Amino acid sequence: MSRGAEIPKIQAPRDLKWIGRSTRRVEDPKYLRGLGRYVADLEFPGMLHAAIVRSPHPHARILGIDAEAARQIPGVVAVVTGAEAAELVDPLPDSGPAPDRHVFRVLALDKVRYVGEGVALVIAESRYIAEDARDYVDVDYEPLDPIVDPIAAGQDTSNLVHDALGSNVAYDRTFTFGDVERHFAEADIVVRDRLHWRRGAAMPLDNGGAVGIYDPATGELTIHANSISMTWFAFALAATLRIPSNKFDVISYASGGSFGARFCNWRVLVTAGLASKLTGRPVKYSEDRLDHITNGDQHASDRYYDVELALTRDGIFRSLKTDVIDDYGAYCHLGVGTHGNAMAQVTGAYRIESTVYRVRAVLTNKTQQGAYRGFGAEVANWAIERLVDKAARQLDIDPAEIRRKNFIQPEQFPYHIPTGNMYDSGDYERVLDHALELFGYDHWRAEQARMRADGRRVGIGLVSCQERSVYSATEFWFWYDDPAVQTTSTPEGVKLTADALGNLTVTLHSTPFWGNSSDTMAAMLVAEEFDVDPATVGIEYHGTKGGLPAAGPGGSRLTVMYAGAIRGAATKIKDKARRIAAQQFEADPEDVEWVDGGFQVRGTPDVRKEFGEIAMAAHLFATELPEGLQSGLEASHVYDHPYTTMPSKDRTDLGVFYPCMGHACHIAMVEVDVETGGVKVLRYAAVHDAGTMVNPRSLEGQIIGGTAQGIATALLEELVYDDQGQLLSSSFTDFLMPTAMEVPELDIGHEETPSPITEYGIKGGGEAGRMMAPGAMSAAIDDALVDYGIHVAELPATPERIVRWIGEAGGGAGSAPR
Amino acid sequence: MTASASNAQTLPITVTVNGRAYELALEPRKLLADVLRQDLGLTGLNIGCAHGVCGSCTILLDGETVRSCTLFGVQADGAEITTIEGVAPSFEELHPVQEAFWAQQGLQCGYCTPGMVLRTIELLRENPDPTREQAREAIASNLCRCTGYQFIVDAVIDAAARLRSAAQQEEPDESRS
Repeated sequence: MSRGAEIPKIQAPRDLKWIGRSTRRVEDPKYLRGLGRYVADLEFPGMLHAAIVRSPHPHARILGIDAEAARQIPGVVAVVTGAEAAELVDPLPDSGPAPDRHVFRVLALDKVRYVGEGVALVIAESRYIAEDARDYVDVDYEPLDPIVDPIAAGQDTSNLVHDALGSNVAYDRTFTFGDVERHFAEADIVVRDRLHWRRGAAMPLDNGGAVGIYDPATGELTIHANSISMTWFAFALAATLRIPSNKFDVISYASGGSFGARFCNWRVLVTAGLASKLTGRPVKYSEDRLDHITNGDQHASDRYYDVELALTRDGIFRSLKTDVIDDYGAYCHLGVGTHGNAMAQVTGAYRIESTVYRVRAVLTNKTQQGAYRGFGAEVANWAIERLVDKAARQLDIDPAEIRRKNFIQPEQFPYHIPTGNMYDSGDYERVLDHALELFGYDHWRAEQARMRADGRRVGIGLVSCQERSVYSATEFWFWYDDPAVQTTSTPEGVKLTADALGNLTVTLHSTPFWGNSSDTMAAMLVAEEFDVDPATVGIEYHGTKGGLPAAGPGGSRLTVMYAGAIRGAATKIKDKARRIAAQQFEADPEDVEWVDGGFQVRGTPDVRKEFGEIAMAAHLFATELPEGLQSGLEASHVYDHPYTTMPSKDRTDLGVFYPCMGHACHIAMVEVDVETGGVKVLRYAAVHDAGTMVNPRSLEGQIIGGTAQGIATALLEELVYDDQGQLLSSSFTDFLMPTAMEVPELDIGHEETPSPITEYGIKGGGEAGRMMAPGAMSAAIDDALVDYGIHVAELPATPERIVRWIGEAGGGAGSAPR
Repeated sequence: MTASASNAQTLPITVTVNGRAYELALEPRKLLADVLRQDLGLTGLNIGCAHGVCGSCTILLDGETVRSCTLFGVQADGAEITTIEGVAPSFEELHPVQEAFWAQQGLQCGYCTPGMVLRTIELLRENPDPTREQAREAIASNLCRCTGYQFIVDAVIDAAARLRSAAQQEEPDESRS
């Protein structure tokens, strides 16, 4: 479908063989045997190991570095200081607001800006020796006052994270969509909230890692890495490393989880690359947990919201105001893309006529943000759902019913929200009703009343949230009036090859496997096209060198993009095979049809050639091919974003940039212990609509895993900085990821409203669970503590905070602290 | 500050790993996880946190699960170790616990999986018919960041059924022989 084209009517999925069947994942046997090979497992002859000297200070000038003692240690091959690194490589790729004034480097140059920032790199025969030698690198620091509180930092112009910026506010802009002031003036009621979503992180069990291999004979640099390879963008990384882009090859390796943390983690790749370029030997840099937590560029949103919802006395929403301060840490290499993401669905599942969104990106002495499942849109989901719950309570309307009143209706799709983004399709009331039934809402409301009568603090919370999927590149620049480049491509390319026996291999051009079952998705999509078993499909990965354009996983795009790319390549192969078959049948290609893995002449099923027979002819019998065809049976296809439109010049319309819109309703029932502040999940149901499902069991795995992370965001996980800028939660003993005892069993249901703009009607679903659970948990805690008048306005709602809120409420009326 | 690795002394140990005996000369400070991964090439165990919390480095040492990242290699002197590579009976067949994890999609990225599989083997030896709650409690020793644990619990229950049914099939065979 071309950009901005007419949206067709929704096509229900055709009669499908593999799509929609829960299928064992093709990746799994090797991981079950421990033979999966993560990047940390790689060995190369002569390989060296790198360790980073990290800053103990949040903010300090580097007066000097004496590395001589470290260099003398046997087994140490080189020590590279920040100043030396700046001679070897250019700054890292950075799409932040002013990359020349908050320069993002692989090692700090003149001053350190957060605890853990690298100041030097030790390269040695083993990691043990590198870490020994690290202790002998003598860094002379002049400590500066730490900049910790983003509210204060935004006002301060005397103490700056980046002096060249002249401010700690990297970005401040207000976007207005529609007649917000009129809608607020006309409103009967305005509900306000002040919210704080604290800093977390994706925290996969595997850390970032890379092996750089520079070949002095050819000048080529290969980097094996568990980051995204992204041929689409590899030239920028090549430029940083001062290698011609066609002599630069990033080869993807599996990662033990990502959830965003492997998205563009340039520092790891550049560390390994520069170390190898310098020494001429393979060099491995594997983050350890402390490296990852403090210096991995992967903290998540840390936001303070002032939000307002204007509505009629009947509970009809009119307009939404958002004013958000985001503590980005010391750099912002992904710009404010996490807010672009939020604006894809800022008005939620509701008919809201206008909205205003102000964002201030503040820099502080903390590790910078990267991506985490939801990429900032999960926070906006929480904000609007908090407002809706507050409105429901104020108007004494059931939380399910106030949502039902305001849902966008099925016949209104495709629906443009005020920001300009389009929702392709949906049926939100159907999802809500399914969830209420699955949960047993009426029954458990009655049970809740009985339990409360026994003195138990039991609450039920419900949210109905969006999951945008399949991003367009425009969300990374529509922030700026004059962006350097207005990219509009977010492609995904694949190559499909049928060998002489007709066996199929799909070549993926961006994918590291990181738990997202990319191989299975690709194999099932190929299987669907060719009527073979997915287990028989060969999978290979192509590096960035000579690769097809591909942007890789992120924004729940991969399955949709693979479906388009594989469909395209399969069509090319089948068209060629059909012509060969037609020649053999002495029939018109128009009369030759594909049936169950072979070709037949229409109406004469006994005249048939299996695909393998045609493949044999294509490979081995050139003289028998139709005029103009060459030997072989392979095709590449690059699938572009299915539907992008350009933002308006004045940015009162951001265009369509995230159109494949999933939806879910989550309902949680919790019990709160008012003495300890502990929250126990008694019951949890989730109904999702991610369009046509490819592998339901895998999708459910993503939903449950995402929900577990969302519950952890709501209750447990936080990266805590003290007021001196020291990170207090720098290990798994302090950053509390849930065990099996903290995560409930989920009841999962599905609706399938196909997308009208993607192959098979698929939408993305990989981030969904985490985008709903924080809101559902917050609402359930509110409800459990309704006697105290508590409204959860800060996450995580740790036991300590809950006890404090109850205390501040005086054990009676009142509300959570603002 | 101690001397660096290159001039450090080594200690000899003997250890049996996946049924094969090894004589190794180890630097005393070298972690057991690194010995298995680097010296023996058994990279199935993974290092997630390196401080004994996550369990990605779990192995069976004399039949019991331990975290190999918080043991020194020399502490394994005389021990019998099973790593994930030693679990499947052959290249063609998986262990019933591995089969159950595959069938139930009890894994996503695979990083915690070796530890989860070994922990499940240990649990089912002690309790061949656990409830879901018991399974949950047993695997709470190990962190998984992907699955939310539910399908791992499904896999443990499925594995228990597979092992019990295999044991029942073996019994009449044994009585005949």
